[in-house]
Amino acid sequence: MTLERVSYTLDSTLDSVNKAEQTAEKLASKMPFDDEDCHRIAMAVREAAVNAVLHGNAYDPKKKMMVSFENTGDALVITISDQGRGLREEDIPDPLAEENLLKQSGRGIFLIRSFMDEVRFRNLEPGTEITLIKHTGHSTEGASEGRQ
Amino acid sequence: MTMKSNSRRVDGVTIMDLSGRITLGEGSVMLRDQIRELLGKGEKKILLNLGDVTYIDSSGIGELVSAFTTVRNQGGELKLLNLTKKVHDLLQITKLYTVFDVKDDEASAIRAFTK
Repeated sequence: MTLERVSYTLDSTLDSVNKAEQTAEKLASKMPFDDEDCHRIAMAVREAAVNAVLHGNAYDPKKKMMVSFENTGDALVITISDQGRGLREEDIPDPLAEENLLKQSGRGIFLIRSFMDEVRFRNLEPGTEITLIKHTGHSTEGASEGRQ
Repeated sequence: MTMKSNSRRVDGVTIMDLSGRITLGEGSVMLRDQIRELLGKGEKKILLNLGDVTYIDSSGIGELVSAFTTVRNQGGELKLLNLTKKVHDLLQITKLYTVFDVKDDEASAIRAFTK
């Protein structure tokens, strides 16, 4: 049962990233998540939105980012999609690998996976859709090191 | 709140007191520019005081890593001071906590720099 669902079509800008992050934090705070989980959900959404706007749409003003938030009663389900060139999950390097540890980028999806309960990718051809799910009722306090 | 930064010198160490958010398009570019500026002036002992940093994302983490390697590659040292719990947790999760030299006391952090 969906208790609340909102969706936005946003320009490929950093303002859109901030809007997605702030909306996530606001909606999460109205659900039975503790402050830590609210922060982590907002951060996961920020990272996913950055991927969509920066790596997916490459700030192209003609391309949009679609974001939806759904309170299902026992979970917050967030879907973010872009119109970019697509993302292959198997091409995402492990940021914890010795050779990647000092790289400047490549930690966003790792953090999303660390902070959310379920993360799914779907190739839209063109574009990528990422679904982030956080269930109420259990905390990720102490998100484990190395969790992928 | 975007990132703010104040620099001061103590016993040959440049302390950057950072506050606010270090994120893509906000603090990260500012931090990069300021590190470059310090290195350009020959200031190679840099202590980043993150005590008032309220938020950092993966871009901000990347900028800290970049600052660390840039300073080290120029023969300098960069250390971190006063991590908040959120930043501490992020560095733990990303296995960077052991890469950085992290201090929680300014005086001992300054003493830890090579004389």
